[in-house]
Amino acid sequence: MQDPSTGPLANQATSSFTEHLQRSRPELLPFNQLLPAGTVPSSPHATTIVALTYAGGVLMAGDRRATMGNVIASRHIEKVFPADEYSVLGIAGTAGLAIDITRLFQVELEHYEKIEGTLLSLVGKANRLGAMIRGNLPMAMQGMAVIPLFAGFDHSSGVGRLFSYDVTGGRYEEQEHHSVGSGSVFARGALKKLWKPNLPEEAAVAVAVEALYDAADDDSATGGPDPVRQLWPVVYTVNRAGHRRVPERDLAAIAGAIVESRAIAGREA
Amino acid sequence: MTQQFYVSPEQLMKDRADFARKGIARGRSVVVISCADGIALIAENPSPSLHKIGEIYDKIAFAAVGKYNEFESLRQAGVRYADVRGYSYDREDVTARGLASVYAQSLGAVFTAEQKPFEVELAVAEVGPTREQDHLYRLTFDGSIADENGFVVMGGLADQISDIVREAWEPEITLAGAMRLALRALATDKEADELPATAVEAAVLYRASESHRGSRRAFRRLLPEDMTRLLTEET
Repeated sequence: MQDPSTGPLANQATSSFTEHLQRSRPELLPFNQLLPAGTVPSSPHATTIVALTYAGGVLMAGDRRATMGNVIASRHIEKVFPADEYSVLGIAGTAGLAIDITRLFQVELEHYEKIEGTLLSLVGKANRLGAMIRGNLPMAMQGMAVIPLFAGFDHSSGVGRLFSYDVTGGRYEEQEHHSVGSGSVFARGALKKLWKPNLPEEAAVAVAVEALYDAADDDSATGGPDPVRQLWPVVYTVNRAGHRRVPERDLAAIAGAIVESRAIAGREA
Repeated sequence: MTQQFYVSPEQLMKDRADFARKGIARGRSVVVISCADGIALIAENPSPSLHKIGEIYDKIAFAAVGKYNEFESLRQAGVRYADVRGYSYDREDVTARGLASVYAQSLGAVFTAEQKPFEVELAVAEVGPTREQDHLYRLTFDGSIADENGFVVMGGLADQISDIVREAWEPEITLAGAMRLALRALATDKEADELPATAVEAAVLYRASESHRGSRRAFRRLLPEDMTRLLTEET
């Protein structure tokens, strides 16, 4: 009787923004659309993301290229985003959907925090993201898959944790490091050789940038450091104090050092 | 069949308004003050978990007095409204004015159509780049909306508290000054000169939170220890 259940302030008891949209504004969800039969025209795809743990936290890095078939659709795209204060996510796959799913996920976490007055647990956040990726499964079957990588600081255990996903929304916790996207095979090879337990933060950033360099070396859909346009990978670190974007200046220096060391070595990669 | 007594519309509205006013006056007060560093929101509230003040959006906060279940449902509805709007348009398209007018419609509809009006009074505050661009809206149980300048006092002994705040308030007041003023004003009917920091719930909407605090979300709840630190730092 008392709740204004009609009108613009419909009161529906849920702390989930996605559920609220599903009930009241389903057309705003990035997925949940019935597509007619046929093939989807070529659209930009986002590529390689790497993530690794270091002493006291976890970091995530993504290159800056989006491709559409054999064409470079964007050199400036950013594919790693803060999800909330203590977590970040990176996306690979159909860029248009992935960016909207990221936006939805960011609002989802903030919405929960405001309604409930507390943060979701890290695993709770990871599960919500899994549910969204599962929601996108019909689109994935039309060729528009979105594969995220999720990382955050777990306050209850005091460590940084990593989660990968498959296209059905399956969530898998990863140890040490992981990568997704077209260049992930090459990035993973590099990470296996470069990653060490308890890396300090600066060294960990350098490892991530070098793994992306190796991915760009062998995968045409991954962009390397671009000194002409001054474009460097996007790197976010997350530790007990929250997330931080590594400044462009630091990344320029790190990328410069990598290119230089490879040039001095003078070998085939 | 029983015959209904005729009640004139004037009497009906007056009865409803008196009923709502009584409910609101029973509660404890909330003070919202616009100051140099942002907007301070202070509520006399012994509970550390049942909040009267809440974050709605990046620059927008909510404060209420009256029945908890009623204003809590309004707060949640406000968060939903703001999040849907920000998600479907853009974050900067969410404004306190839009939110306040939705609240006004909702409160007005309940006042005339439902069995019982909401026994609540709300303040919607939006922090701007300068103090002149701050917005403070006061919404009453019947859906009336008022654009206030400088401060809002609601609930309990609102008139007396309002007089104290009006005398001491000035546009250049600092955050600590605003907090001290609120603590002094809220102690009007108490033995003490000033309420202790543990007896109030406090929050701030910081001005220019992007450059100063590295977050577009301007709202921050102040714990009793934050309050104590703030009040001792500047004396």
